[in-house]
Amino acid sequence: MTAQPTDIATYNFAYLDEQTKRMIRRAILKGIAIPGYQVPFASREMPMPYGWGTGGVQVTASIIGPDDVLKVIDQGADDTTNAVSIRAFFKKVANVAVTTETAKATIIQTRHRIPEHPLAAGQVLVYQVPIPEPLRFLEPRETETRKMHALEEYGLMHVKLYEDIARHGRIATTYAYPVKVEGRYVMDPSPTPKFDNPKMHNSPALQLFGAGREKRIYALPPFTEVVSLDFEDHPFEVQTFDQPCALCAAENVYLDEVILDDHGGHMFVCSDTDHCEKRREEGHRGHLAPETRLAPEKMEPAQ
Amino acid sequence: MEIATQSIEGGFADPVFNAQTVFRAVMDAMAQPGSVQPLPAFAHPPAPLSAMAGAVALALCDNDTPLWLDPALQISAAVKSWLGFHAGAPLANTPADAHFALIAAPAEMMALDGFSQGTQDYPDRSTTLILQVSDLTSGTPLLLQGPGIEKTATIAPARMPRHFVEQWKQNSQRFPRGVDIILAAADSIACLPRTTRIKTMEA
Repeated sequence: MTAQPTDIATYNFAYLDEQTKRMIRRAILKGIAIPGYQVPFASREMPMPYGWGTGGVQVTASIIGPDDVLKVIDQGADDTTNAVSIRAFFKKVANVAVTTETAKATIIQTRHRIPEHPLAAGQVLVYQVPIPEPLRFLEPRETETRKMHALEEYGLMHVKLYEDIARHGRIATTYAYPVKVEGRYVMDPSPTPKFDNPKMHNSPALQLFGAGREKRIYALPPFTEVVSLDFEDHPFEVQTFDQPCALCAAENVYLDEVILDDHGGHMFVCSDTDHCEKRREEGHRGHLAPETRLAPEKMEPAQ
Repeated sequence: MEIATQSIEGGFADPVFNAQTVFRAVMDAMAQPGSVQPLPAFAHPPAPLSAMAGAVALALCDNDTPLWLDPALQISAAVKSWLGFHAGAPLANTPADAHFALIAAPAEMMALDGFSQGTQDYPDRSTTLILQVSDLTSGTPLLLQGPGIEKTATIAPARMPRHFVEQWKQNSQRFPRGVDIILAAADSIACLPRTTRIKTMEA
């Protein structure tokens, strides 16, 4: 670790070798050209275990340049292990600027959330995807699911949602809620809460999805129609919360439940830590916000 | 200049960062069809291959991607050896085998359906066409709609293939199969992915 960051950044910039980057770049272009279709790619071993975002890291490494500003979130938080290590990884291998502010980032790598702050044109959102195939738990054979996508045969998915209704009286799927892209491909939005599904529709940002273990890349260009599957009498609904964020009093945001003690005490706070901090800086205060502002990390939700 | 010298000179001066810059321009152009992405000339291939088309080929092609050259490029030994030296891409025997096709004279090119369209199972196994155009403003205006375009976009690439609007309509009807086009002008890039619809010709 004696080498200067600049030495590392010029040789083997962004960790991957050039041929690997070209291969991933070609897959990204095909993914953009066929929105929602999962492009197979030759996923590489990365210096982190599967499940820690190897797909997202490979996509980010293939698109990132020296002028980019990178933000990494894990369940909305900038300061959890996964987010911190991936941010440090790119700081080391690509020597790029990093940020926690959604508005300042050009590339946002995310695990399971879309930031609350609206994304802008020119930003790229890179998702880490564990299981890219929305039909996988309904049909385990890849040969069959491929045929189902080819023939646009998505009846099974509607049966699954219908069985939810028959059993629970409502569609009980709350995350990885399937969407249909431009009226053609059914796509897994990665395990984001369904709360975030409407943000994918007509987003001005480019959305790229990387699944490292499953070796698939897919994409949503900006301003693409993304419709959550539903029924006329059971329309798609997002989660609602009956109380605002305990720290910043934000409403209509996605909240995490945080256990406070072993007597059943708990509170709901913003899952998007950047959003929550910004609001507290602006003077918004929830009912559990400390009188004098503590360091924000003391109040972060445990993951 | 001798062919040997011509084929060695004129590659990316800074392969890693030049390739990244070219790719990001192509990615942004593909994600926002009809948008014109300015790009300086990073590569200097021998004529008739243009600097921009050459740069796109170097950024995306390698020994995994069979490359098809149109007759104007096919007759140039200098172009073939330049691509061979810098990209290492094998030449495809037929357009249907090609992952990428370099077209120096789009007005004379063969029909779009002669290239690989991919399969219904694997629509990504199609040819990406790199068309050399002189500019994106002096041709017949094309009004574009589709994913990546908020309302509509317009580009007017010069000297496009014959009956292009009709050919493109057929290409769209094959969705998810079909070809994608990268338009390489002198100082900029634009893309037409297979999802883009050309609405009407403007007068």
